[in-house]
Amino acid sequence: MKIAIPVEDNKIESGVCISFGRTPYFMFYDVDTKESSFVYNSAADSQGGAGIKAAQLIVDGKAEVLLTPRCGQNAAEVLQAGNVKMFKTVGTSIMGNIQDFIAGKLAVLGEIHEGFHNHGGR
Amino acid sequence: MKASIITEEDSMKIAVLSGKGGTGKTLVSVNLAAVADKAVYIDCDVEEPNGYLFFKPQNPTVEEITVEMPVVDYELCTGCRKCVDFCKFNALAYISGKLKIFEEVCHSCGGCTLLCPENALSEKKKVIGTVQRGSSGNVSVNTGILNVGEASGIPLIKALLQESKIEKDALNIIDCPPGSACIVMESIKDVDYCVLVAEPTVFGVHNLKMVYELVSLFEKPCGVVLNKCLEDANPAEAFCVENGIKILGKIPFDKVLGTINSDAEIIVSKNKEYRKMFNSLLETITKEVRNETVTGS
Amino acid sequence: MKQLLVLSGKGGTGKTTIVSAFIKLANAKAYADCDVDAPNLHLLMQQKMSVEKKDYYGMGKAEIDSNLCISCGKCKTYCKFDAITFQNEYKVDFFACEGCGVCVEVCPVNAIKMLPAVAGTQMLFSDGEQVFSTAQLKMGSGTSGRLVTEVKKAMQAKAQQVELAIIDGSPGIGCPVIASLSGVDMVLVVAEPSISGISDMKRVIKAAQILQILTVVCVNKYDANLSKTEEIEAFCEEMAVPFVGRIPFDVMAVKAINSGKTIVDIDCPSGRAVKDVYENTIKRFKKTEEKT
Repeated sequence: MKIAIPVEDNKIESGVCISFGRTPYFMFYDVDTKESSFVYNSAADSQGGAGIKAAQLIVDGKAEVLLTPRCGQNAAEVLQAGNVKMFKTVGTSIMGNIQDFIAGKLAVLGEIHEGFHNHGGR
Repeated sequence: MKASIITEEDSMKIAVLSGKGGTGKTLVSVNLAAVADKAVYIDCDVEEPNGYLFFKPQNPTVEEITVEMPVVDYELCTGCRKCVDFCKFNALAYISGKLKIFEEVCHSCGGCTLLCPENALSEKKKVIGTVQRGSSGNVSVNTGILNVGEASGIPLIKALLQESKIEKDALNIIDCPPGSACIVMESIKDVDYCVLVAEPTVFGVHNLKMVYELVSLFEKPCGVVLNKCLEDANPAEAFCVENGIKILGKIPFDKVLGTINSDAEIIVSKNKEYRKMFNSLLETITKEVRNETVTGS
Repeated sequence: MKQLLVLSGKGGTGKTTIVSAFIKLANAKAYADCDVDAPNLHLLMQQKMSVEKKDYYGMGKAEIDSNLCISCGKCKTYCKFDAITFQNEYKVDFFACEGCGVCVEVCPVNAIKMLPAVAGTQMLFSDGEQVFSTAQLKMGSGTSGRLVTEVKKAMQAKAQQVELAIIDGSPGIGCPVIASLSGVDMVLVVAEPSISGISDMKRVIKAAQILQILTVVCVNKYDANLSKTEEIEAFCEEMAVPFVGRIPFDVMAVKAINSGKTIVDIDCPSGRAVKDVYENTIKRFKKTEEKT
């Protein structure tokens, strides 16, 4: 099973990023092989709709689980359509959260916030 | 004292703008419209329209404004993802064999529909807001109201300006959105003259500079109304003097004015002094616009 | 780092005046101005600090190579934003162009390219003690949450060890406001006692509540309309939103601002009132820290 998690830098010592859509990198962790890979989040460069693009990245990366502090409504729709389960991270340790998830300690992400896509205006 | 009578010879299309919110744009545009013999008031601040709160037009006609949105025929879609990759706004996603369209993020550019090699995408209309038109005494009130969450107010402003019947012998006054973003530019495109409203603070000057730059870029003649004036040195006034910008008038800081305005009342209907002041301001502006037309700048 | 964000909904409520006072009172070592469309905070925070500037790129803009152009007019026909003009030659209107890329696709001779366009400038001031992050959008640019996010990130990166950061937010409730709200620990809404002010205040409070961020409210220039001020206080009580105080309109505030001072740098009614608002806000803030 593959887990995805938004991270500050492409190093395991960096931390979980507070933002999903505009995180600089995603880390993909394979629970079975214990291998991890980092993917640059091209969605961060977008003017708008970053959450959607980031979610597409996660789905295309074949992750079954996403560990994240928060998630917007549009991104959530993409992830749900792709059968990606979302869990809420606690604190900023990447491996800490992954281990907590494997041990069943992380809660399902319940609060999805609405998107407000008003750019191009004021 | 009556304001200069605007005739059919005039072309009085005025925009009222400021660099930031809260300087008195709506105060000035609403009251100028109220003292004119005949006025067409157009509220282009489509995200936060306020003018209609003052005029309270009776039984306005409501027209829905639409933009085109892509719609997918799942039978024809092969999942090639050309549309997903093309969209600069990330309004499309392809998951588990299905194309998903995010309407709030879509800018209606039509690109995906054009590019689809299978003709799986077609267009449908989506309402983004309304244009409401009614009248209040001598003023024809035109308001654009953008639905919350919409990507862009520009199509609504375009429709609003098209629908609002500009009248030759009237004061046509456009209450603009604050700032200097693209929606402001859209609002001032076809005006003859811009009235910039400024506050007497260093913030006011900073923002006045921005909006002055904008109207200069569009080569629109302009003048400044100094609002909330106190007795002390006014940095906005100093800026105008330094840059040779015409000062059209000064409105004093006045608690009474502030209170009446905050209750959405039109000051010129309540107070003789202010009625005189705005009549005088309208006269000054009318003269300025006529001069500009003559000198052809 | 804990972050306190100050929002207003409507423009002109006095947000920046209050933020500058808070920065002085808290002796904050990190602060940011997220009103990237019309930044004002730098006018008060006298910078004798060194600055790092960075270009901010927005949507790309289309450009037509007149040497390749065959004047077929297809680009103009397909442009949904009226951004292509024809006056002897076909040209892209920089301000109207939304960067969609349709013209690039339809041009039969590949005469159109999408070019990166500078949409603004980011500025990071620092002097070893304080960090101040701000940015200015170029006019005509579409505001987006992305620049706001960059401003906050720049502050966080440079001032990691700072405990309390204060952020001056943008007006409205659009994408830039949501971006400013992201990750903050508390929001102070500065409300204006007027019909439009109240309507905007409600929308901002709703946005903050959806993101589950602790929100408190104060009223500025409260004596402009006492009944509206009371309406705001009643609303806050009804919604269980803590009301942290009222600040009177004060001519001396204008004087202070115009001479580059904050309202707590001189002795004046608004300065005294904002001190109380500050104390009440910080008390609530400390409570959130105890919870986590």
